[in-house]
Amino acid sequence: MSDAPCLPGAEALHETKVPVATSGILTWVSTVDHKKIGIMYLVVSLIFFVAGGFEALLMRVQLARPNNTFLSPNAYDQIFTMHGTTMIFLVAMPVLTGMANYLVPLMIGAKDVALPRMNALSLWLLVFGGIFLYFSFIAGGAPAAGWFSYAPLSEKAYSTSNGVDYYALGLFALGIGSIIAAINLISTIVLFRAPGLTIRRLPLFVWMVLITQCLILLALPALNASLSMLLIDRLLNANFFVTDLGGSALLWQHFFWSFGHPEVYIVVLPAFGMISEVIPVFSGKVIYGYEFVAGSTVAIAVLSFLVWAHHMFAVGLGHSIDVVFAMGSMLIAVPTGVKIFNWIATMWGGSIRFTTSMLFAVGFLVMFTIGGLSGVSFAAFPIDWQVTDTYYLVAHIHYVLFGGTIFSVFAGLYYWFPKITGRMLSETLGKVHFWLMLLGFNMTFLDQHFLGLIGMPRRVYTYPDLPWWGVLNMISTVGAFIMGVAVLIFAWNILISLRGGEIAGDNPWNAWTLEWATTSPPPPGNFDRLPPIRSRRPLWDLAHPEEADWKYGR
Amino acid sequence: MQHGSVLNPSSALATPIWHLFWIVGTVMAVVFALVTILVLLACIRFRSKKDAPTPQQRYGRAKLEIAWTVAPFLVLLFIFVVTIRAMQASDPTPSPGEQPDLVIIAHQWWWEAHYPGANVIAANEIHIPVGERWLVRLESADVIHDWWVAALGPKMDAIPGHPNFFWLEADSIGHYSGTCAEYCGAEHAGMRILVIAQSANQFAAWEKLQREQAPGASNGGGDAEEGAKLFQQLTCASCHAITGISENVQVGPDLTHVAGRETLAAGVIENSPENLKRWLMNPQAVKPGSNMPNFELTVKQVDDLAAYLETLK
Repeated sequence: MSDAPCLPGAEALHETKVPVATSGILTWVSTVDHKKIGIMYLVVSLIFFVAGGFEALLMRVQLARPNNTFLSPNAYDQIFTMHGTTMIFLVAMPVLTGMANYLVPLMIGAKDVALPRMNALSLWLLVFGGIFLYFSFIAGGAPAAGWFSYAPLSEKAYSTSNGVDYYALGLFALGIGSIIAAINLISTIVLFRAPGLTIRRLPLFVWMVLITQCLILLALPALNASLSMLLIDRLLNANFFVTDLGGSALLWQHFFWSFGHPEVYIVVLPAFGMISEVIPVFSGKVIYGYEFVAGSTVAIAVLSFLVWAHHMFAVGLGHSIDVVFAMGSMLIAVPTGVKIFNWIATMWGGSIRFTTSMLFAVGFLVMFTIGGLSGVSFAAFPIDWQVTDTYYLVAHIHYVLFGGTIFSVFAGLYYWFPKITGRMLSETLGKVHFWLMLLGFNMTFLDQHFLGLIGMPRRVYTYPDLPWWGVLNMISTVGAFIMGVAVLIFAWNILISLRGGEIAGDNPWNAWTLEWATTSPPPPGNFDRLPPIRSRRPLWDLAHPEEADWKYGR
Repeated sequence: MQHGSVLNPSSALATPIWHLFWIVGTVMAVVFALVTILVLLACIRFRSKKDAPTPQQRYGRAKLEIAWTVAPFLVLLFIFVVTIRAMQASDPTPSPGEQPDLVIIAHQWWWEAHYPGANVIAANEIHIPVGERWLVRLESADVIHDWWVAALGPKMDAIPGHPNFFWLEADSIGHYSGTCAEYCGAEHAGMRILVIAQSANQFAAWEKLQREQAPGASNGGGDAEEGAKLFQQLTCASCHAITGISENVQVGPDLTHVAGRETLAAGVIENSPENLKRWLMNPQAVKPGSNMPNFELTVKQVDDLAAYLETLK
């Protein structure tokens, strides 16, 4: 085990001869530094999060009362399509890529990513892909065929505006950006780990980023291929998915979900990774069952490619296919449960500090469990035959993607903000943010399970005045606005903390991974020297030489 | 009218799913309670205290890991078995060659229904005899739709080029509402379903009435006769069928017995003379995005057309 300050990545940095500005906006535009690029990823995602959230609030205003006329059907359809597309492709994916971009080189003791210029390219593909997608609003209408754009509704005959073309080309650009970022992060993790940081010693966040990027590498090409076919249909009159000319509507669904289900894990595995960093540090205990948390991620990733048709139980594929896909889908619950139990076991016997970050992590545990369990009810597919495409499903995806991904992103942001900016976020505002978010989130989505069971389909711009429908929808709308206030408080917290937040120091949380071994924010090149890496927690070993992890072979 | 709710099944096809939901829901609730209690207990018992010693570092125990891998697996195995049983009960496999009792064709944004045995065409309101299990063939004329009447059983997608089959059965007389459940464009929200389960006699009477040509304009007075002329002149007939006047067009719902229906515009408004006029005056105000254009009719034209359509019992 060497303790030499050997810094992988240094060579790549030297070879990268690009004009580097030192002040003003050009420092950002021209940068190839993974930290600046990571920050830009985060800022871009936050901007789109506000945009997608605003769309959600417009929808909730329209649905607040039965037979409301705040939005026309056409406006509503564009807005719900853009809400879903934005939150998946312009928020969940880039916020996680941004965290990975910023943190992975720091956590593995590298100076930068393996391919810094490619890194900048993937960021700018995201920025321009997103702007391109939003440009559709003023170019004749945003896409209105839903975020999964089922054919033939997405074909020229039924979606006559250019919205779907913007959707297809915009997502195509984002997809290329994601694939480049995946190649980059995989290369970085495989090649640029500091001496001593073996694959079995990787922080779990890095582990899960690695698995996620493999998923992206395998799944995103399927999306881009499908989008190309849709574009060729729409612009060149081909018939891949045009049914009256011999195409197949189901083909699109198979193609889309063969990307779309791995996608669910693409946006949730890195979130698991952040939780696996936050919970141990604030419990004062090493992660319980490291190998099982990491191994279950591999199991989830493999299974995620074998379950796509569970999005299609209602299309009439036949019992034998339904049964096979139900088995796979139920199996995924096992490795997911293993993670939940290991996180609880990590807290058990610890000394838990309830920082805002930890509160969001605990909130995640409970909220994500609800989403996971309702997911099992879909895998019991006769239940799916009743509740798919209803508000029960809307509730389920939000417990997974909001209660899961977004809660853990908040946990991660409160945890790493001091490292990124050098200043602490306000804990007082943070706690208000957390409790309002938890309240608003459950008001919005818990009752939607019931709405689905009593018959409300998703994606309707209005609904008749049936018993319970009006009152439950009104509760959802009020909850959504409480979440809106919580997000404003978060934004306010960022703004005031950037100027006047408490100075963080190198390691404000007494954390153990390498990113805390450098200054906050880290200098260009990240480290002056690295501590010896003899275990999974190099900084723990430094602080507790008597009980060092490496003495226990970890 | 009973609104379609999963919680209130009225069919031997929907009840097994409701039972399955109870079983799975109970298991879910127990697991959720277990996780939540463990999390809360951990939060309360292991809250950091001032000057507490560093907690003991535990790296994990293989036995525990195996336990919480195997236990959920066994629970899921149980759920899998009850799932298969519910599948067989709620969606029995039709015998080979079995002919459908009903053919439903979904359109943007209404439902066309053919009763092949009886040579009857209906729209949006599906009459069935109570207690009989019918095999339904489901098609789509344009995009993907989804048939969902929650009280009566599973939903099923209507996919162009991919006919599907499902069973339809109601175990008591009544009205069961449902809705299109797959997003299908502007008026997805205005694509409702009404299933009317009737006694065998009532159903036979309804079927007989549907087979007959409506008495038509002749017994509706002068306004109705004017309306009948307008129906042809204003190109209504190029989209809507009325037996004896315009046949084999199914762009919009068949109107041969429109006055006998309970709702208009696929369940969006009740069928009353006032509502019919409101609809004819400006369909886009009642159902924005609907394929029926605003013909900018005069009040007189609307009155005449409505008088005619009201004769089509």
